[in-house]
Amino acid sequence: MPGVSMTVNGKAVSGEVEARTLLVHFLRENLRLTGTHVGCDTSQCGACVVHVNGKAVKSCTMLALQADGAQVTTIEGLAKNGELHPVQAAFKEHHGLQCGFCTPGMIMTAVDMIRRLPDLDETTIRQQLEGNLCRCTGYQNIVKAIHAASLEMKGARA
Amino acid sequence: MTAPIVGAAIRRKEDFRFVTGNGHYTDDINRPGQAYAYFLRSPHAHAKIKSLNVEAARSAKGVVGVLTGKDLAADKIGGLICGWTIHSKDGSPMKAGAHPALAVDTVRYVGDHIAVVIADSPALARDAAEKIEVDYDLLPAVTTPDKAQGSDAPQLHAEAPRNTVYQWELGNKKETDAAFKSPAHVVKLKLTNNRLIPNAMEPRAAIGEYDQGTGAYTLYVTSQNPHVARLVMSAFIGIAPEHKLRVVAPDVGGGFGSKIFIYAEEVVCTWASKKVGRPVKWTAERSESFLSDAHGRDHVTEAEMALDAQGKMLGFRIKTIANMGAYLSTFASSVPTYLYGTLLSGQYALPAVYVEVDAVYTNTAPVDAYRGAGRPEATYLVERIVEEAARQLKMDPAELRRKNFVRTFPHQTPVIMNYDAGDYEASLDEALKLIDYKGFPARKVEAQKRGKLRGLGFSTYIEACGLAPSAAVGSLGAGVGLWESAEVRVTPTGQVEVFTGAHSHGQGHETTFAQLVAGRFGIPLENVEIIHGDTNSVQFGMGTYGSRTAVGMTALVKALEKVEAKAKRIAAHVLEASAADIVLENGEFKVAGTDRKLAFHELALNAYTGHKFPTHEIEPGLKESAFWDPLNFTFPAGCHICEVEIDPETGVTKIVAFVAVDDFGKVINPMIVEGQVHGGVAQGIGQAMLEHGVYDPESGQLLTGSYMDYTMPRADDLPSYKVGLTETPCPSNPLGMKGCGEAGAIASPPAVINAVTDAIGIKEFEMPATPERVWRAINSTKHKSAAE
Ligand code: FES
Ligand code: FES
Repeated sequence: MPGVSMTVNGKAVSGEVEARTLLVHFLRENLRLTGTHVGCDTSQCGACVVHVNGKAVKSCTMLALQADGAQVTTIEGLAKNGELHPVQAAFKEHHGLQCGFCTPGMIMTAVDMIRRLPDLDETTIRQQLEGNLCRCTGYQNIVKAIHAASLEMKGARA
Repeated sequence: MTAPIVGAAIRRKEDFRFVTGNGHYTDDINRPGQAYAYFLRSPHAHAKIKSLNVEAARSAKGVVGVLTGKDLAADKIGGLICGWTIHSKDGSPMKAGAHPALAVDTVRYVGDHIAVVIADSPALARDAAEKIEVDYDLLPAVTTPDKAQGSDAPQLHAEAPRNTVYQWELGNKKETDAAFKSPAHVVKLKLTNNRLIPNAMEPRAAIGEYDQGTGAYTLYVTSQNPHVARLVMSAFIGIAPEHKLRVVAPDVGGGFGSKIFIYAEEVVCTWASKKVGRPVKWTAERSESFLSDAHGRDHVTEAEMALDAQGKMLGFRIKTIANMGAYLSTFASSVPTYLYGTLLSGQYALPAVYVEVDAVYTNTAPVDAYRGAGRPEATYLVERIVEEAARQLKMDPAELRRKNFVRTFPHQTPVIMNYDAGDYEASLDEALKLIDYKGFPARKVEAQKRGKLRGLGFSTYIEACGLAPSAAVGSLGAGVGLWESAEVRVTPTGQVEVFTGAHSHGQGHETTFAQLVAGRFGIPLENVEIIHGDTNSVQFGMGTYGSRTAVGMTALVKALEKVEAKAKRIAAHVLEASAADIVLENGEFKVAGTDRKLAFHELALNAYTGHKFPTHEIEPGLKESAFWDPLNFTFPAGCHICEVEIDPETGVTKIVAFVAVDDFGKVINPMIVEGQVHGGVAQGIGQAMLEHGVYDPESGQLLTGSYMDYTMPRADDLPSYKVGLTETPCPSNPLGMKGCGEAGAIASPPAVINAVTDAIGIKEFEMPATPERVWRAINSTKHKSAAE
């Protein structure tokens, strides 16, 4: 089986995988980082979103081998020293989650969205969430949480 | 005194683990030595299995076992059951066909289970399954409820002639027929309640594990009700006696009803773990969820309502055919009957209601409870026909409703339910205010100027929750009582553990249940732990569905009462006072009018110390449990109003405002309640505008089998909702609460469709209101008026 190495949440990791292994399965099964979820088989739900080289990627849409040598961040790598990332804190504060299954993907998408688009409004956030499904919240509080986090992070940068 | 914790928007205790990726869902669990199951499913909607050859798969790489229906039968493992026996008009019990977990000689829907392959990896199991040879004799298929009873329709089960499971009735037929003798108005409506596919974001999963040393099984499963799963798998399916079967439902990623039921995969994984001598894990792919999770709704209905000249409702007559799919799922039979017919009086003082329901088999996935279960179907019918009545009588739809509201309580309807409390006008008035009803005509004119069609639609709904009084449901055919239990253990150092039979899969029980404990004992929320979802820790419980957490919470209150009473007796001994003089204030047990007191943790330690009080009078320890059987259903009700704007050129419909005003009785945590409303409304709008489970009528193939074809509501499909609350406390439980989980999904579809039909001026219109359907509807009237 081919070998693969990458940096995940700041740590160098490597493993052997079948060529057909998806990045999400490498993360979940080989590394046991089970915060990244699988919600579909057609790249539609976004439960599996992680950051690869700083960009949001659906990890079910990428082979593990394609991430060879990459810098990967998963939901487990977002909080620093037990301090929640502002987006994580905003989801909690604004009740942006219920069952929590879509949440890691939502949060990773939101972090990327805020980085790319510093001036977010409700309409833009809703459009940008096109690739993420949530069945529980009706999205209203997710949108609220992302908006609040984007304002807070902007404040922190200013 | 600090602000009361019950009723406050406390942030959720469970969130930390979910936002950091530390949730523990079933698929996150791996057991040592586990193998992986892959289910071979029928690609045909209806076929005889002429032969099944699994030999090549058995010897394929990495395979540890291939099992079929014959193996299940040889081990005397029973079929899946339906737990609610419905009786037909003629008194005969429903006619149910067998439902083996793996098909024996016939497959009846696309996705029906034929064999399981167990291998070292999911990929190897799937590879090997391709080597299974099945020889089918194809049979014709029927997929829709209106065709199922036809003389030319294929028969699914020999037990159920004309595919008819039961022909049920409810209500006062004579009075209803009399109401239709010579009323001033009769309003007729034909409609379909579209099939939905639940799609909780976490796909179903199961791990079965057998311990050779103890002879006990453990099943980790995505379940809303692990104890019920254990009971059914033990008593009816015969996997193992209950004390040798542990069922664990860890974090569960949404359910909406679809994870109530006992499915083939979990039964097979549990049984197979002993056969292959290794833990067996199965996780559904989304396409399997589409094919094999129980679907929802799928009714066709014809109804008529009689009204007098002033708009007073006189009678309501309904004939519904409900699609059960190919087999009866766990609670399927109760959904179009006791969860549907009983709500057909709506919020209205209707003197006469009569409903007939035929339940039919078709070559589709089984249909069972999905968020609201029966009550959305009832509400959709009632609220659409009432809106239509207002149009026919040229009355304001709000006023027609107002005129007919139930105003005195308790109110006995002609269809079993006894409404205990409510103020329907209060919710209606609040909703009219929030939507700015007075301003609507001006908004409509303004939209017209821009070439757009505006419409407004109402839904004043009622539902029955807090399932359910055991004696009542028992007399109607339920196989189990629907009480709930709770156990409260105080640790010697003063923390509190609560064991509840209610299961949380998004509802936030770890917070709301803890609020009740912290509020009562005056201890910090962090010192309370809510334990649920494991039959080894929780004594018994019926799980979570039907907004029945009011039942679980009441059981908790009862247990807390017992703990407090005992704690006071212990305090009395320690503080040398009489128990009657002990008061509990701000987390301290005090002798009233003195400064003698014990902090909660001091009391707890005393309870376990033993030499401080006479243990022959009071047992040591501080742990109590309680079962609660509800006295009545609870009746959440309210008013949802939807305003749409339609582009007649494209048929694109935009919800420009959505108002939900609900009366849930007393609320423990308004933030969580509001979130439940948002989610419910989103699912209701999904049904009304986007979602539709469609089978090809000829081949019986599921045409909407992935997120590419089945339209899930996304963030930019939905509006922001305005949510309001009114409150009439529920008299049948001490907390005064009614339940809030389903209201949104129940109330919103008719509000949306009433708004659409208002905008386009068309009566017959079926969900979902896709641009194509709306465009066609608009153009069909254009042509008609052009022809006239
Ligand atoms: S699992 Fe990757 S998009 Fe659904
Ligand atoms: S919180 Fe359950 S799917 Fe989003």
